[in-house]
Amino acid sequence: MSAEASPGGDAAANGRGAPAEALRIEGLHKSFGQLEVLRGIDLVMAEHEVVCLIGASGSGKSTLLRCVNLLEPIDAGRIVVGGTEITAPGVHVDRVRQRIGIVFQAFNLFPHLSVIDNVTLAPRRVRKLPRAEAESEAAELLERFGLADKRREVPDRLSGGQQQRVAIVRALAMRPDILLLDEVTSALDPELVSEVLDVIRELAAGGMTMLIATHEMGFARDIADRIGFLDEGRILEMGPPSGILSDPHEPRTRQFLQRVLDAGRL
Amino acid sequence: MTVQHPARRRGPDPRAVRSSLLALASCVVVFGALIWIVVNAPGWPAVQTSFLNGQVFWDTLPGLLDAFIINIQLFVTAEVLVLVLGLVLATMRSLHGPVFLPIRVLSNAYTDLFRAVPGVLVIFILGFGIPGLGLIDPKTDQRLFGIIALTLVYAAYVSEVYRAGIESIHPSQDAAARSLGLSRMQSLRHVVIPQAVRRVIPPLLNDFIGLQKDTVLVSFIGVVEIFRYSQIVSAATYNFTPYVAVGLVFVVITVPLIHLVDWLAKRGFGSAVTASGAVR
Repeated sequence: MSAEASPGGDAAANGRGAPAEALRIEGLHKSFGQLEVLRGIDLVMAEHEVVCLIGASGSGKSTLLRCVNLLEPIDAGRIVVGGTEITAPGVHVDRVRQRIGIVFQAFNLFPHLSVIDNVTLAPRRVRKLPRAEAESEAAELLERFGLADKRREVPDRLSGGQQQRVAIVRALAMRPDILLLDEVTSALDPELVSEVLDVIRELAAGGMTMLIATHEMGFARDIADRIGFLDEGRILEMGPPSGILSDPHEPRTRQFLQRVLDAGRL
Repeated sequence: MTVQHPARRRGPDPRAVRSSLLALASCVVVFGALIWIVVNAPGWPAVQTSFLNGQVFWDTLPGLLDAFIINIQLFVTAEVLVLVLGLVLATMRSLHGPVFLPIRVLSNAYTDLFRAVPGVLVIFILGFGIPGLGLIDPKTDQRLFGIIALTLVYAAYVSEVYRAGIESIHPSQDAAARSLGLSRMQSLRHVVIPQAVRRVIPPLLNDFIGLQKDTVLVSFIGVVEIFRYSQIVSAATYNFTPYVAVGLVFVVITVPLIHLVDWLAKRGFGSAVTASGAVR
């Protein structure tokens, strides 16, 4: 099922009533020692929505994603996923993470395992699938993303783009409700970026709810229902791509986009 | 120019030949001089008969080798146990979180204690102390206490080796595993430890070399292994050659292991495996 949200991003106006809420972040604060990296993040995402976060390095994009995945403990605020508050005390952290997939900038594949074992590790150990079942599911996913012939390779023998696609498949194998993508093309050679972006486009077309930190402005414009501009730990501005990228209200946003434009990345 | 295998050159390089000859000549001169000095020392004939007696050597070697079987039993059993106990200790020390503090404290105290106390003392205390408690059959084989003592001591060293390996695995590997829903224990078991073990094989084998040699210490609690046996035959023959024979036996069994360590290190075991894609 495709959400086909209008570029305006007003997903509620699609005639089927308000779609269910996928993610709600309220007043999220996070510090590393003296350094306050997130200073009150509020964000609500609908199911099937794709939100891109842009902003300079150090603006808190990665930290925000890691907080949503509970890889970083938060200092204040609430995170609600599919109606369940995951930041409540006593929540089973491992179970929450099963529902939230994350793909990292540096892939973080397991170098000692083959592609198929990378993908099936969590389904077998966490979802407790028998090996055969996990492998046939994984094979299907690898096939879908053009990696069928790589299943017996170890990660170090793959190109960066292939590794990142394996990492995405590995996250998908847990059937997450939300996928977090943390600058997944930043570590890639330029000619390998598009194969990874194509995978993400396909996921968006398939209705996957995604929160994406990215430096690829053109990609963000194409794929996002909404774009948020992160600056010094706050979402300074948020709206449909056309608004944010072409006609930003905030001077800081304009300044950032100008720098990106000067660097030739828009 | 044709492409050549970088490690091999065809045909003798005159410079290489010259330096090989030079090395050979230097060895002949140095070792020749050393041997000449020893052989012409005033006490040499006496030393030769008491330490390097061929007759005694060949007469006592079969008995020594029989006794060495005990050493082999000791170190093989201890090594297996050390691998297991060391890994358990290292895993205990690698559990994060306040709940696991007592476990971490215990394993830290353990490794501190058993690395601090001389191994021979542990062998003594266990070998004489535990039977002295009167809780177990006093005829219990002393080899058992030897194995337990060696295991306790070397597990402390080996757990440190494992821990260094575990800590050398980049936290992003654990993060990736945890992000998929694996628990900390599952992440250790399936992601961190398999990579860590690969890295620590060379230092692990180094500890095993030490352990193999330390099996002679078990002779102190009455186990007639190769060293105790050599003392006995030495006393019976009024000759020290059996000690030299024991030394040779250890050289023969240990040197291949040392070279295995070097070979593995060259093959990339022990070096940082590239964390997939992170750093190239």
